[in-house]
Amino acid sequence: MISYIIRRIFYAIPILVGVNLITFALFFVVNTPDDMARAQLGVKRVTPEAIGKWKEERGYHKPLLYNAQAAGRGAVTETIFFEKSVKLFVFDFGRSDQGRDIGYDIRTRMWASLAIALPVFLVGLLAYITFALLMAFFRATYVDFWGVVACVLMMSISGLFYIIGGQYLVGKLLNVVPISGYDEGADALKFLILPVLIGVVSGIGANTRWYRTIFLEEISKDYVRTARAKGLSEIRVLFRHVLQNAMIPVLTGVVVVIPLLFMGSLIAEAFFGIPGLGSYTIDAINSQDFAVVRAMVFLGSVLYIIGLILTDISYTLVDPRVRFE
Amino acid sequence: MPFKPVILWTDALVYLLVAVVIALALYIRGHEHLRAPWRSVARNASGMAAGTVLVFFVAIGLVDSFHYRTAVSVKDGKTVYAVEVLSALDAIVEPLRTRKEKTYSSPLATHLYAKETMELPDGRTARDYPRLKHGGAHLGNPEAEFASDIAGNALRGAAAGAALWGAVALLLCVLLARRRHAGVGAAWRAVWRGETEVPWRAVLVTLALVLVAGGVLAALSVKYHVLGTSKVGQDVLYLSLKSIRTGLVIGTLTTLIMLPFALLLGVMAGYFRGWVDDVIQYLYTTLSSIPGVLLIAAAVLMMQVYIDTHPELFETVTERADLRLLFLCIILGITSWTGLARLLRGEALKLREMEYIQAAHAFGVSHLRIIVRHILPNVMHIVLIAVVMDFSGLVLAEAVLSYVGVGVDPSMISFGTMINSARLEMAREPMVWWSLLAAFTFMLMMVLSANLFADAVRDAFDPRVKSRVLTPERLREIAADGTGTRQAGRTA
Repeated sequence: MISYIIRRIFYAIPILVGVNLITFALFFVVNTPDDMARAQLGVKRVTPEAIGKWKEERGYHKPLLYNAQAAGRGAVTETIFFEKSVKLFVFDFGRSDQGRDIGYDIRTRMWASLAIALPVFLVGLLAYITFALLMAFFRATYVDFWGVVACVLMMSISGLFYIIGGQYLVGKLLNVVPISGYDEGADALKFLILPVLIGVVSGIGANTRWYRTIFLEEISKDYVRTARAKGLSEIRVLFRHVLQNAMIPVLTGVVVVIPLLFMGSLIAEAFFGIPGLGSYTIDAINSQDFAVVRAMVFLGSVLYIIGLILTDISYTLVDPRVRFE
Repeated sequence: MPFKPVILWTDALVYLLVAVVIALALYIRGHEHLRAPWRSVARNASGMAAGTVLVFFVAIGLVDSFHYRTAVSVKDGKTVYAVEVLSALDAIVEPLRTRKEKTYSSPLATHLYAKETMELPDGRTARDYPRLKHGGAHLGNPEAEFASDIAGNALRGAAAGAALWGAVALLLCVLLARRRHAGVGAAWRAVWRGETEVPWRAVLVTLALVLVAGGVLAALSVKYHVLGTSKVGQDVLYLSLKSIRTGLVIGTLTTLIMLPFALLLGVMAGYFRGWVDDVIQYLYTTLSSIPGVLLIAAAVLMMQVYIDTHPELFETVTERADLRLLFLCIILGITSWTGLARLLRGEALKLREMEYIQAAHAFGVSHLRIIVRHILPNVMHIVLIAVVMDFSGLVLAEAVLSYVGVGVDPSMISFGTMINSARLEMAREPMVWWSLLAAFTFMLMMVLSANLFADAVRDAFDPRVKSRVLTPERLREIAADGTGTRQAGRTA
């Protein structure tokens, strides 16, 4: 088991190298640092001196891959590739184009993201599985039929409308909780209720339908018929047999997103004014802060790969038949 | 020439897509085994109803894909064309586009949304809601005439829609009657009792709703702003109609761009295995491990820098916006081919072990020929299901991406830009709700019908769905299938 995990981690390295190369190509080869400087400073009436100064301040004045002027190891290390891309591997994100320490920003802001994303994830999972089990229990009846209709309807509505509608309904019309903002500690609770509620509701359609399909597929298997033939009640069949065996396909989709919860949600955080990593990324996109976007792309990939490894490990925990050779 | 046709990049790709679809349809017509699953799509009532709605959306999108520039003046024997690029849809709904108000006005309003200082005939000034320039401008006394005028116009529109529907329904019944060698009345009764093989009743009911609603909208939109006006006074109905093309282009062209990658790489990985498989697997694992939104954001950000620093490449604003739309489709395509490629690889792995492919190997058939003749036709159902299932997701993604600021060009009319501006309008007092409601309704109709149609296609093409357990519905379906074949046998 441990050797398997170590091997998986080693497999992850070439993928991270690939991600790193893709981001490097995207940010420094498609457009030169000169283009970035011009876009930042405004395209018109920009002097070469201003561009030079902008690049110098942010360390973009060095050569891309090979520094012929520097001596010894400096030929490789004093380049944009080494300083901006290779250093990401040790989570040295450097400074943003506005001059802030990205690593510090990430460490302080990820908790706000987690405060929203984790409750959405947990409450959502519980709600979706409950609804899906209910529909599976009442399968081939009107409950199931109208349940599916409601799911299709709900998944056809853009997430933006859930947020706008929810803010209007709960915040403005009922005036129960504030519609946006954030606070530290226990005060955060009243700010969190609405985003969490909306986050859960907006996922009901697609997720419930997906889990229902998984459960129905499981219900049609032979062992379920055997269990019923033994005289087990339908409730017992569903919870003891179907739910447990359906855990494997459920886990595939669920465990992989757990590490990504730190990244938060771009849209929800921007709408609700939550100072998490999602709104951090949006601010960076809007102010064209390339250093922050690059750091977030890399961080996101690392977390995703951790999620994949966790998924594989979780298989062994729920299904003793799965073994890693 | 009074106008000069303009073929934008996305237009050209849309024409290509239409040509491909027509060619495929003709090919499928000639092959019975390919027609069979489509026939089962045609028997799905919700799928057919959704398809009817989709036809209208696609028609609007297609009409909106013929662009031109009008001539302004002739200078030195050379015609000078307007910088504004218009489409055939703009020409059809000309009044909607040109009748701009000053700013917001609510649906069917005769007065502006905000009070303004006006000079009265006797020289004094007063603050009041000014009359609209176009909306309800034909009314002498809006308070008294408004209700009867609206009702009259709406009734006329509904009647026109109903008449059109009647004509279509009659035509359908005549065609059905000719095929069945029965009377038109018998065909009519069969349709309403739901006895036809294709659920024409569902189609006709949907058609009636769409045509009557469309008739009312059209009749009222001539004299009013049915869905209100936006901040700069544009008719919201016009904005909604123009948004349809953007959504359709994103939903379809992305798949068109992504398909060659996914097919080629996925099938190659599964068929050749070995190092080809390793390389391709590495490629798609790497790409798919970057969270989609972030990769799209990064790519669009870089593209924006490129467009900003090379303004000389684009002749008109529309061309710039169009190229950005195309780039967005390409970027979405690059991030979304990995899922389909993985599915195709798995299927190709399974297929290459099949006996008929082993036999082809033994006969010395080349790899290329095996892939084209034996593998590709057998993975097409996966491709088709992926294409139709992705569509609605892409339309929804456009709105979110435009909101984040990495979607379409801000000058391009789309559901995303409409929702984006609506966010500030919600905070106004009194609230400006109509453009949000319009975007919501149009988007919901489009995505919902796409989802329902996709479900029908998946049910017909996915072999796993057919092996489902027997439920009462499934038994009824099988029974219906039986009568369907019997009927077909009789008419033949």
